Amino acid sequence: MSHELLNYSRRQYGMDHDRYEWSMLQDREPIHWPGDKPLALWINLSVQHFPLSGEKPAVAPPGALTMPYPDLRHYTLRDYGNRVGIFRLLKLMAEYDAQPSLAISGALAKRYPQLLERLAQTPYEWLGHGWNMLCMHAGEVDADTEAGWIADSRAALEQFTDQSITGWLSPGRIQSVNTPELLVKNGFTYHSDWVNDELPYTFKTAEGDMTCLPSCLELDDVFVLTQNLHSEDSFAQQVIDAADLLIQEGREQGGRLLTLNFHPWLVGQPHRLKTVRDILNALLVERSEQVWHAAPGAILDAAGRK
Amino acid sequence: MSGSAQHAELDLYDYSAYEGRPQIEWPNGARLAFWVAPNIEFYELDPPANPHRKPWPHPYPPVPGYSIRDYGNRVGHQRQMAVLDKYGVRGSISLSAALCEHHPEIIALCAERDWEFFSHGIYNTRYTYGLTEDQEREMIEDAMSTIERACGQRPAGYLAPALSHSNHTIDLFAEAGGRYTCDLFHDDQPTWVKTRSGKPFVSIPYSLELNDTIAYVVQKMEPRRYGEIIRRAFDQLYAEGAESGTVMCIPTHNYQVSCPHRLRAFEEALEYITGHSDVWVTTGREIAEYSLSHLQQQIGGGSEHST
Repeated sequence: MSHELLNYSRRQYGMDHDRYEWSMLQDREPIHWPGDKPLALWINLSVQHFPLSGEKPAVAPPGALTMPYPDLRHYTLRDYGNRVGIFRLLKLMAEYDAQPSLAISGALAKRYPQLLERLAQTPYEWLGHGWNMLCMHAGEVDADTEAGWIADSRAALEQFTDQSITGWLSPGRIQSVNTPELLVKNGFTYHSDWVNDELPYTFKTAEGDMTCLPSCLELDDVFVLTQNLHSEDSFAQQVIDAADLLIQEGREQGGRLLTLNFHPWLVGQPHRLKTVRDILNALLVERSEQVWHAAPGAILDAAGRK
Repeated sequence: MSGSAQHAELDLYDYSAYEGRPQIEWPNGARLAFWVAPNIEFYELDPPANPHRKPWPHPYPPVPGYSIRDYGNRVGHQRQMAVLDKYGVRGSISLSAALCEHHPEIIALCAERDWEFFSHGIYNTRYTYGLTEDQEREMIEDAMSTIERACGQRPAGYLAPALSHSNHTIDLFAEAGGRYTCDLFHDDQPTWVKTRSGKPFVSIPYSLELNDTIAYVVQKMEPRRYGEIIRRAFDQLYAEGAESGTVMCIPTHNYQVSCPHRLRAFEEALEYITGHSDVWVTTGREIAEYSLSHLQQQIGGGSEHST
């Protein structure tokens, strides 16, 4: 038994797996964003469906229902995002001429077609975000089942939009051992699940390479506000501090990227909307000379990742 | 084996009250010895299961935990290093020895800055738990010799991997040539540690309270509050250091302190601390060597500690 504890089969140069190459951000060729702005900004809104079913997945995503069936309090708090919060955020984003992407649970295409029709009227890019927040791409999930979730969620969203959906954010930013291959097989060219970088990089799969465009967890609204229990004002301050540091690095070292992920069920609440407004104002108005805000597709293009 | 034999009280150090101790004098009359201990760690994606402790909360592949730690090495390390350079702080690295093999570029950057490397085991996903004494000796020696080969210096200090210990850990490390431990949190001054070999060996304060991971993950602090508690700790220890020298350590992790929304708080704290006179900005090894060579009696060692 203990001999195995001293056996190191992947103790070698680079990573201890084959998903990507080891590389330090600061050692790479500098990226130049359009207009030579030091900082690119990607904003994503995660539009999610949390089923009431009472099932407990092996890995619970942030925001998962926790109470015995029927957990009406959490179910309806999440549903609030799709009825009220998203519309507040859409209005705010339009006011600031922002270009958020939308990561959408596939199940919403069946549940709330009116919502998807409304989202399809926006100029925003869509990402696959799983079928719903119980279909976790994690652990022992059967590969055929997972393949079905990925194919179904892409097909469901594409009923409503002419966009080709090529980006993916897994519920809870977790993956099973098969997720990357299944994503490539289903036409996805990038995912945002591994938080190990601040710039896009090549992610290898047995079905061919894709890109990882990391989506920052540490500044995700759910992480800061509901897991760390920081105040709304601190959240805004942290985002601004991050932007200022990255702008400085972007000037000195090469383009940097800030990624923000908002949840309509959380920051779409009336007492939190001001925080999103404060963030947009700080980044898109006060720092407009330094910040290039764009959709993920344009950011990937500018980073040389076709 | 009886329960009492398995769970013996360890006789690591003598009790010594903070008031009335012999005075500690640091070089050049400094009040406070200040060191920063960046943990530079490698966590394995798929470590062997240890029946005593689970390395990851998520099933394989543990993407959330693994990827943020990899972020530390890919993105955070150089960012933190630049800030330490700016304030003239040489890091004392708590090093997963296997990182010498995985990421020699990081080792080279630290070595050219004359940073200290001390041992933090092989991987932070390999625990001391479940190892026999011989196996633990093998693991400790493997880490020591790996670091010595890669960094040109045999480690003087030990922070056991993931703070996992046996009741032989400190004895084995002293016998392997170690000089100090970071695993004991009982004091703000160095303490003579009793080992079975009787070799001179000292505990150097390495604060869990100011450790960024404890602050950010366990205490869930807002970044600016973390900066504030560092400054408060410094003010207290600096004031006390006027009477007898104290030690202050900030243990960091490149995946916590270097996140862009957090680095500013750390930088402001460093600016504050290094802006004071009478601060000995140093390394763990230098504090340990000075303590063992000049302060044996004051820290409870030598022949006069058991009155």
